[in-house]
Amino acid sequence: MSLNQVPSGHAAVIREIHAGEHLLQRMVALGLRRGRKVFVIRRANYHGPLHVRVGMTELMIRRTDADSVEVAVDP
Amino acid sequence: MKRVAIVGMPNTGKSTFFNRLTGSNARVANWPGITVDIQVAKIPLDGGTAEIVDLPGIYSLHGSSDDEMVVCRFLEREPVNLCVVLLHAAQLDRQLTLALQLKALKLPMLVLLNMADEAETLGVRIDIAKLSAALGSPVRLISAKYGEGFDVARQSIESLVDEHPVAARAAIPSHSAGTACLGCSACTTDALSNGNGRVDALDRELDRIFRSAVNAPESLPEHLTARLDRVLLHPWFGLPLFFTTVFLLFELVYRIGLPMQDWMAWALDRLKLDLLAPALAPAPALLRSFLLEGVYDGLGTVLSFLPIIVIFFVVMAVVEDSGYLARAAFLMDALMAKLGLDGRAFVIQLMGYGCNVPAILGTRVMRSRAMRLLTMLIVPFSLCSARLQVFVFLVGAIFTAWAAPIVLFSLYVASFAVAILTALIWQKRYTSREPMLLELPPYRLPTPAHLLRQAWHVSEHFMRRASGFIVGGVVAIWVLTHFPTGVPAAGPETLAGRLALLLSPIFKPIGIGPLLSITLLFGFVAKEIVIGALAVIYGSGQAHLAGVLAKNLDWAQAYSFMLFTLIYTPCLSTVAAVRQESGSLRFTLFAIGWSLALAWFTSFLFYQGIRVLA
Ligand SMILES: Nc1nc2c(ncn2[C@@H]2O[C@H](COP(=O)(O)OP(=O)(O)OP(=O)(O)O)[C@@H](O)[C@H]2O)c(=O)[nH]1
Ligand SMILES: [Mg+2]
Repeated sequence: MSLNQVPSGHAAVIREIHAGEHLLQRMVALGLRRGRKVFVIRRANYHGPLHVRVGMTELMIRRTDADSVEVAVDP
Repeated sequence: MKRVAIVGMPNTGKSTFFNRLTGSNARVANWPGITVDIQVAKIPLDGGTAEIVDLPGIYSLHGSSDDEMVVCRFLEREPVNLCVVLLHAAQLDRQLTLALQLKALKLPMLVLLNMADEAETLGVRIDIAKLSAALGSPVRLISAKYGEGFDVARQSIESLVDEHPVAARAAIPSHSAGTACLGCSACTTDALSNGNGRVDALDRELDRIFRSAVNAPESLPEHLTARLDRVLLHPWFGLPLFFTTVFLLFELVYRIGLPMQDWMAWALDRLKLDLLAPALAPAPALLRSFLLEGVYDGLGTVLSFLPIIVIFFVVMAVVEDSGYLARAAFLMDALMAKLGLDGRAFVIQLMGYGCNVPAILGTRVMRSRAMRLLTMLIVPFSLCSARLQVFVFLVGAIFTAWAAPIVLFSLYVASFAVAILTALIWQKRYTSREPMLLELPPYRLPTPAHLLRQAWHVSEHFMRRASGFIVGGVVAIWVLTHFPTGVPAAGPETLAGRLALLLSPIFKPIGIGPLLSITLLFGFVAKEIVIGALAVIYGSGQAHLAGVLAKNLDWAQAYSFMLFTLIYTPCLSTVAAVRQESGSLRFTLFAIGWSLALAWFTSFLFYQGIRVLA
């Protein structure tokens, strides 16, 4: 399951990130990394980006980029 | 000389700290990627002088956007006595990575945990001693914005510089060894192959340090930012709310600024009539004309816009510091994607409404060259504050008080429309696939002191421009319209008149008369000169100029002139910035050519359309 499939208002734990070097670096720098819990706050309309919180940081991520983040639903 | 570099992730308050430390006026905003170039200031430190260097924010030492490369190049080449690492105290769970990467460069380091105020409200507690031991360098908790802990931080800088009198260059480990490398192109390919592995090693260390030294609440209390976001980022109302806010801010600037401009114009006119004119009465006529109708009228008309410009930039500073810009990027990203751009491009374009030049430099945060170029192509259509002055002036002269704000607003709409049209047409040539990941910082408010400094800074900048090339432009216009002597000023026999004749085949079809076309030539240098030039050409003081203009221009001609002014090149500085940032003369010429053509056709369609209809 990818981060993009997590419904708004729900959380998930990152299992793996399948992204190229540049995107991976950026994700890690913003706190998206293996084992972290991500909370999906909302999605923008018209296929706009996701608004997520990871740790103490809130960020936006495009749906296509969220697709490369593999997650497991938080138990 | 001693050198101290300030390094940290974007939006952690590096420039705020730099300003407090050096008394400078580096740009500050609640938006990651405001500083994109090296800023240097000298301060007395420890009996000598030290150079303090504010750097762009970097996400990691492996970054590869142009603003991050600026930092990498600096660290590679320049020896420093101390590296001040600024981290957001409430976001150590991710920002410590950068401190660990920098530690591997083996430079003398001081870690400052900034935004102590926000960390406290969020209930984050930090064991400074433990963190300091883990990082192997002193750590201080500060608030750069409110000053808490600043004196201690300053003393630490002083004593650390004292301890390291010889500046050292970063020790860059060989690429394969791995924990630290600067974002040089050589390493990116390497790093790719073992990407996840290397990240994990640093991760474990980070988690260990974070768990032992930081106590952060598991879940945050519902804070103000979350509540505001529920309204401002609402799926349906978010965008309309954003545009309403922008409109209201524009109204605010206009309603407060306009009366102030009138008073200023009135005062400058009185000064001329009651004081200067009598004082200069004995001087020869030509000299009198030069001083009063050339320099004074031209410059005075420009100066009358000082209040509106100051108000404009103060409002802009509030918006930039609020964090709403990052929300604008979120709301607009889907629409911008249809234009081959992203939410950041929208915010950069918005910043262009203040001044195009920093907006062009701001494209450095984009890694994809194609997207950078496409953004640089649309930024010059942002109706910057200099063009706003021309429009406020003409709109006030030609249209009724009731219609004026609507006309002005229509020009903002036109500015958006041409930008969208340009992106739509050219997005196929500049296609990119750049990931879009952006921090949404909490909402913040600027301090009154910051706004005052901003107002002062804007005034100073405005006066410097006015006393420099704006005077030059105004004088040149006066010479063109008054020589050769013996013929009516600004008439067809003057230099200006003859030049205008040459231009008339181009400008006549779009309803722009001979003298106005001359001002457009000068407007290529800077738009403020257009106002000064109008004042000189119509040869009357500020208070009367409006009346003179109204007699010589009908509304369709005036609007066509404004459309052309809006769309053709913004100013020489913007052209220079495009040239520098694109690194391509061809692209620069293309950008100029495209905007000139678009300006002409838009004005042509408008003017001839009105003629046909009327
Ligand atoms: N609450 C709080 N806000 C701060 C503090 N220091 C800076 N800020 C705010 O943080 C935002 C970013 O500040 P900047 O100084 O522009 O940050 P920067 O690190 O230079 O950012 P870039 O140039 O983009 O890398 C601004 O809105 C500041 O007002 C602080 O100590 N407390
Ligand atoms: Mg900065």
